[in-house]
Amino acid sequence: MLIRNRRPSDLSYSAVTPERVYATRREFIRTTAIGSIGFAACSSVAGGEAAQDALPATRNPRYVAADTPNTFEEITTYNNFYEFGVDKSDPASYAHELTVSPWTVKVDGMVGKPGDYGVEDLVDFTALEERIYRLRCVEAWSMVVPWIGVPLSSVLNKIEPQPSARFVEFTTLQRPSEMRGQRAPTLEWPYVEGLRLDEAMHPLTLMVVGLYGRVLPNQNGAPLRVNIPWKYGFKSGKSIVRIRLTDQMPRNTWAVMAPSEYGFYANVNPEVPHPRWSQAREVRLPGFFKNTPTQMFNGYGDEVAGLYAGMDLTRNF
Amino acid sequence: MRWFYWMVFLGCLSPGLGLVRDTFQGQLGVNPVETLLHETGRTALAILFAALAVTPIRRLTGWNRIQRVRRMLGVWSFVYALSHLLIYVVFNHLGDVGAILDDVVERPFIFMGMLTFVILLALAVTSTNGMIRRLGRRWQYLHRLVYVAAMTATIHFAWGQKADIREPLVWATGLAVLLGVRLFWAVQRRQRQRRPSPVRAVSH
Repeated sequence: MLIRNRRPSDLSYSAVTPERVYATRREFIRTTAIGSIGFAACSSVAGGEAAQDALPATRNPRYVAADTPNTFEEITTYNNFYEFGVDKSDPASYAHELTVSPWTVKVDGMVGKPGDYGVEDLVDFTALEERIYRLRCVEAWSMVVPWIGVPLSSVLNKIEPQPSARFVEFTTLQRPSEMRGQRAPTLEWPYVEGLRLDEAMHPLTLMVVGLYGRVLPNQNGAPLRVNIPWKYGFKSGKSIVRIRLTDQMPRNTWAVMAPSEYGFYANVNPEVPHPRWSQAREVRLPGFFKNTPTQMFNGYGDEVAGLYAGMDLTRNF
Repeated sequence: MRWFYWMVFLGCLSPGLGLVRDTFQGQLGVNPVETLLHETGRTALAILFAALAVTPIRRLTGWNRIQRVRRMLGVWSFVYALSHLLIYVVFNHLGDVGAILDDVVERPFIFMGMLTFVILLALAVTSTNGMIRRLGRRWQYLHRLVYVAAMTATIHFAWGQKADIREPLVWATGLAVLLGVRLFWAVQRRQRQRRPSPVRAVSH
């Protein structure tokens, strides 16, 4: 872990009131008064952890998976994050070598406000919400994770996509000196992922900065990652350093690596098998049996199926 | 010699005991079945390679008695391959035979694994003294399939990887050495048989 010697007087960015909120503080107080009642009632799943890296967020009751969340330990010790190694335990072992502060995100392409942004410029830390989402990996295992973040749409609205933009591309940091997995010939670096703009603007799509009431651990994609709960996990780019708006479908890393196995859409779909295994069922970790039926769009079909109306999802896998 | 035999026996048994212990102590990690599959598969492959290394070691060192552990190594490899298969059948497929057959037919990676298992099964059931006697020369031919099993097992491993094939490549290199020395000796033997010996040439 990154050891920060924080003095008691130091403030984290979550404590800073953005100018916009300050300017509209009367309205802010009025709207949050209602929300904070709910906040006091539920706080975070982790309970009374007064950790140094605590990140308060309001639980969004709309997005609470009925399933029991996995433990913090499970979520932070079993990760596919090839930048730190191909073994699932590698990220937990080596991600502490990554420096996540300072962090700059380059915003470019078809946007009204291109430039270099800090995390706090993109994410409104006063509007953080906790959402409990199912996470379905393409490898047919799943977890339940209490993420903390803001809708990606709020981030994109700040950078003002141009009308011609149709896709968003996310690029993960490439820094082999601190990401030892990048010194191995496994994937093409940097890792690139992308979404259609309507997918990115969908209210379910989250820009994540924390989990379990804490600042996002490095092995989970600190300081900034996306999460798209109806898609396989690999669609959720981690440790993002570039957000590019474009009118061309981004060439996402896994689809380039193995086009017959991974596509651009990667929607969770029990009827379209991976060439090497069925996607009909999944193992809910840390269980033994692959006996959980996989749901279409990972169970979020009511909200997202409309995005794909008329599309052949077998071909557009 | 007995001590060597039993050392090898314990060496083959201990990875399995370790996995049983980890299972009951909840030490298999967040995805226990993935750990079990990887470890049983890797151990089966390692022991199979050890069995294939016996003959080259004997020929290179002249240590003939090492030959006595070869059959045991082969049977242990089968035991781990069987556990590997059973874990897949029980936990991944909940014993659904139809789903397993689909998997075998539709997925080359699974087909290679199953082919390996069938070969190892045939070799294990014909590994008794009685079967060796009964099959005579045919036993020799049948048991040469162990080379095929080593190849299909390595391919199964490689095809099961998502992106990183470095480890299967290491195994493939080992296999190339094990098969390469045999090929080299076979060629040598053939040349010796074809060429008249220098001694005889002089006597003519």
